[in-house]
Amino acid sequence: MTEPILEVRNVSKLFGSVIALSNVSAKVYPGEVTCLLGDNGAGKSTLIKIFAGVHQQTDGDYYFEGEKVVFNSPREALSRGIATVYQDLAMVPLMPIWRNFFLGAEPEKGWGPLRRYNIDFAKHTVREELGKMGIDIRDPDQPIGTMSGGERQSVAIARAVYFGAKVLILDEPTAALGVRQAGTVLRYIAQAAARNLGVIFITHNPHHAYPVGNRFIILKRGRTLGIWNKDEISREDMIRSMSGADELEALTHELDEVTRRRAAAAAEAAR
Amino acid sequence: MATNMAGAAQTDERLAEVGFFRRLLRLPEVGALIGAIVVWLFFALMASENWLSVTGVARILDSSSTLGIMAVAVALLMIGGEFDLSAGVMTGTTGLIAGMLATQLGWSIWLTMLVALIFALVVGYLNGLMVVKTGLPSFIVTLATFFILRGANVGVTRLVVNQVRVAGIDAAPGFEAAKLLFNTEFSLFGAEFRTVTIWWIAITIVASWVLLRTRYGNWIFATGGDANAARSQGVPAQWVKIALFMTTAAAAWLVGMMNILRLRSAVASQGIGQEFVYIIAAVIGGCLLTGGYGSAIGASIGALIFGMVRVGITFAGWDTDWFYAFLGVMLLVAVLVNNFTRRRAEATTVATAKVRTEGEEETS
Repeated sequence: MTEPILEVRNVSKLFGSVIALSNVSAKVYPGEVTCLLGDNGAGKSTLIKIFAGVHQQTDGDYYFEGEKVVFNSPREALSRGIATVYQDLAMVPLMPIWRNFFLGAEPEKGWGPLRRYNIDFAKHTVREELGKMGIDIRDPDQPIGTMSGGERQSVAIARAVYFGAKVLILDEPTAALGVRQAGTVLRYIAQAAARNLGVIFITHNPHHAYPVGNRFIILKRGRTLGIWNKDEISREDMIRSMSGADELEALTHELDEVTRRRAAAAAEAAR
Repeated sequence: MATNMAGAAQTDERLAEVGFFRRLLRLPEVGALIGAIVVWLFFALMASENWLSVTGVARILDSSSTLGIMAVAVALLMIGGEFDLSAGVMTGTTGLIAGMLATQLGWSIWLTMLVALIFALVVGYLNGLMVVKTGLPSFIVTLATFFILRGANVGVTRLVVNQVRVAGIDAAPGFEAAKLLFNTEFSLFGAEFRTVTIWWIAITIVASWVLLRTRYGNWIFATGGDANAARSQGVPAQWVKIALFMTTAAAAWLVGMMNILRLRSAVASQGIGQEFVYIIAAVIGGCLLTGGYGSAIGASIGALIFGMVRVGITFAGWDTDWFYAFLGVMLLVAVLVNNFTRRRAEATTVATAKVRTEGEEETS
């Protein structure tokens, strides 16, 4: 198997006295979709913010392309090729599609005081790149706020891929979407992995994770609950370990026991 | 299923063709342009003789120019998502600084102008720094600056020259040359125009170019539209805001210099109350109060409407008391038009904001 493109070993993160992450290790391989699952408060967001350079781990090591790294800002991580697509997509709804696509990395032409935004190139490229993802935009001047949620997700993914991301972190891309739109976005996730990117897909929906994921990391209350390859875990087992179904089962047994004792006691009294 | 989806993506029957008229309506300055035409026609009927003369045009432009310069700067700041209530009084402060240094110390007008510019830039920087570091609304931060400058203008002037007016600035070395550059009269088609108007037009063109044709303009729209989104895409949003506050202060300095060069004196009450006029002109020109949307040309048209109303009321022989009533109506109409054309885009802004707060709840 190839080397992991991104790896963390035994990272912990404290916010004051709150332990957000404790001793978590993870590997991300190029051309694979690594799913990060867990309930609310499991530490998914903290972990990806460490990946993206927003937070720095309190303890543990972070390796990128085999080299130990410390990212002090998202910009540093981005310059190495770690792109993050957040839930809010980092898009400005009132701005046209093409302005959003190139926001922060505007192509320029001309020299000196005549240095200017290369608008023709931007519009042309946006149309072309979105066309590759199967989105036909009639009018690149359309404010991005008028696109559907799934389309905006796809624009964000296309943007990251276009700007040469090696690792693509997707923070709950399907959370706010309907079934059909979620399906569209899952297709783009698989496409991104097919272009040899290391994709990290954060979700709390195992039904979205299982079809596209190659590897699953389940977090719970800041700890790793388990890491599985796809062939090592069934969808049902994953759902069970994620939703805390084991605990629910134990609880059911306990309740059954109580009911049985009560029934026995009632039978005794009746006698 | 995959082929089905690809087919659907090729042509989506729900997408309507965007016609020329809708495209035109999408421009932020369209409302102001229509308003300007209406106001022009109105006064052309009410006071046709003076209104349609070259002198009439010159009067209108003279009345709009300094306001237009400020409206453009304030529009950029508003597109960047902030207000500056100290912009009006700053035109007075810079004039007083230059005037006092020239009359009391006998400095060259160029040197005093330089000192006034540095002062303006420092105040603009502090305004911006305070807003981005504290996260307080710029409305409050610059309101404080407004009161500080307003008080200091009168207090310091009285201390230094023992009255509230600094006179005799024209005795300063270099005064005539500075006047020639910034605010002199010249004849054209038999009427007296002023160089201020040329500055105004040039500044409008440069501001529009920066806004629409450079990456800095993109950053201004993004910073005002969604500062968090801009930051996460690598836009230095805080720096953009500070630069915009400094630009506004620099524009106030320019207008302050134009005023003292014209009047040959500086008055301590100069500019008070003007800050709202600048904002109103920018809003008439299509700027959203929430930021992220607007136009420099629109703000200039807004200033032109102001100038037309001010001159038109005099030409029509009405009491000038009606000026503000007229302005109020203009503002209301402009805001309603803006609201109408942008409602759809606004609605999606709210939707995304909702998704974001849900996301934050999840992290916490």
